[in-house]
Amino acid sequence: MDRIPILKMGPFLLVTIQVDLYDRLALNLENDLITMVSKTEAKGVLIDISAVSIVDSFMGRILGNIASMSRIMDAETVVVGMQPAVAITLVELGLTLQGVHTALNVEKGMELLQNKIGLNLLNQEEYQEPADDTDL
Amino acid sequence: MIQISKDSMPILREQDVVPFRNRVRELATKIGMSLVNQTKLITAASELVRNMLKYANGGKVLLELISRNGQTGVRLTFEDQGPGIKDIDLAMKDGFSTGKSLGLGLPGTKRLVNEFSIKSVPGEGTTVTITHWKNGR
Amino acid sequence: MKNATSKVIRKNKAQILESWMKYQLTDEDLRDDLMNMEELHGQSEQLLDSFLNALESGNMNDINAREFEPIRDTLGEISVMRARRGYSPRETGTFVLSLKQSLFDALEKEFKSQPEILYKEIILVNNLLDSLSIFTFETFIKGREEVILRQTDEINEISTPVIRVWEGILALPIIGTLDSARTQIVMENLLQEIVATGSSIAILDISGVPAVDSLVAQHLIKTVSATRLMGAECIISGIRAEIAQTIVHLGIDLSNIKTKASLASALRLAYDMMGVEVKKMDRRSKISLL
Repeated sequence: MDRIPILKMGPFLLVTIQVDLYDRLALNLENDLITMVSKTEAKGVLIDISAVSIVDSFMGRILGNIASMSRIMDAETVVVGMQPAVAITLVELGLTLQGVHTALNVEKGMELLQNKIGLNLLNQEEYQEPADDTDL
Repeated sequence: MIQISKDSMPILREQDVVPFRNRVRELATKIGMSLVNQTKLITAASELVRNMLKYANGGKVLLELISRNGQTGVRLTFEDQGPGIKDIDLAMKDGFSTGKSLGLGLPGTKRLVNEFSIKSVPGEGTTVTITHWKNGR
Repeated sequence: MKNATSKVIRKNKAQILESWMKYQLTDEDLRDDLMNMEELHGQSEQLLDSFLNALESGNMNDINAREFEPIRDTLGEISVMRARRGYSPRETGTFVLSLKQSLFDALEKEFKSQPEILYKEIILVNNLLDSLSIFTFETFIKGREEVILRQTDEINEISTPVIRVWEGILALPIIGTLDSARTQIVMENLLQEIVATGSSIAILDISGVPAVDSLVAQHLIKTVSATRLMGAECIISGIRAEIAQTIVHLGIDLSNIKTKASLASALRLAYDMMGVEVKKMDRRSKISLL
């Protein structure tokens, strides 16, 4: 069965979609990614769609699902490199991918993920501080 | 209106979708449609083909290149023998869907193309015709 | 089957052409500045030839038939050309209609003694030329419409510049009404520039948009959404007091969109978002240091 490779890079998972997606492939990707997130306890998922020329409502939904499912497992999702024509079409279709972070390219996407995770860590530290106080 | 070329393609399995999309892209490229308009047309076609597979177990698509008032365009007719749509007005409303999708299907598709028409007889089938002109107007 | 008129034309072709030319030239409004005589003569002769051929084929009433194709082509060419050169509809119409007069003259001379035939032939020629002149008008107008369409495209192209104001910041001053065709172009230009320059912030300045109704607002929201999908942020600036009023009165929700009153404050916000600081330089202290 066709599968899209998922790369692990530190705390992040990296997916580059190089072919036009059909439904089965997209569903496989959703499954594989979520399994990987839970297995590796990844903190972020980066999906590069710069080579994808068509995103319809089904694939848009898959991207949204991946983001929501990852979030439940404490991982942020960023979709990078969407082509202008695809963005215009999605907006016209009425699909704005709420809840999915976006970035221009892989580099900026990585930066965004690092910031998000940094912020999350910061928030956790802030949260723990008062607990320490009560211990004293 | 003049018909320049005509072709038909059966859509029976999910695997037929990608070749179909490529065929639509070929037609659109042939008349020099811009990338944005191509993407809109192919996305709309993709939505309709999915509907056809999901609700009617497939059907067939007629692909035509047409010319009207000096404009050239691509016209696609999706024909199935599925259960049909009971209330078309309702199906054309944003947010309506009987399937588990986002419910953007038909109205979203309509927004993507220049012309959209739908005919449906419950129990007999549905025919959707979309036309997109070269310059998207 | 040959009819009386085609025989007459065949016999008197040279005279008819000459008298037709004369009729065309006596028209006071003829734009001799736009047209040269040789060209006019060539066109007239070409048209008369194809007219004669069509008549000799036996078809006398349906100008949409195959026999009239060369005539339609010639007429179409001439009227589109005249539309582009700025002829008036009257000048273009006269071209065909003046042929009527010369044909009538020739027919009259030929059939002076046979009024019945004369009447029949004149009616025939009359109807035929009327249809042809309607066709000419139609093509003439189509030619003009093409000119208008092309100009609209050009205006749309020119009027939506994308300016790179800073590393990573683009600005788009929108001037004039924002309709859906225009939005499309604005969106395309903006998104393409975002990719080309790798910019992460775009400022859409609408100071030059005369009015914002719910449709325009929707176009703006679409542009902002598309920019976000690409991974860039969009700020809308240049919102005048009356525009803010209409937006609220129409119940348009712009709360998800960053808006600023002026381009300057939008730019400040953009600097802020990018972590850039703009400071006034103290020149004097520098000089004293030197």
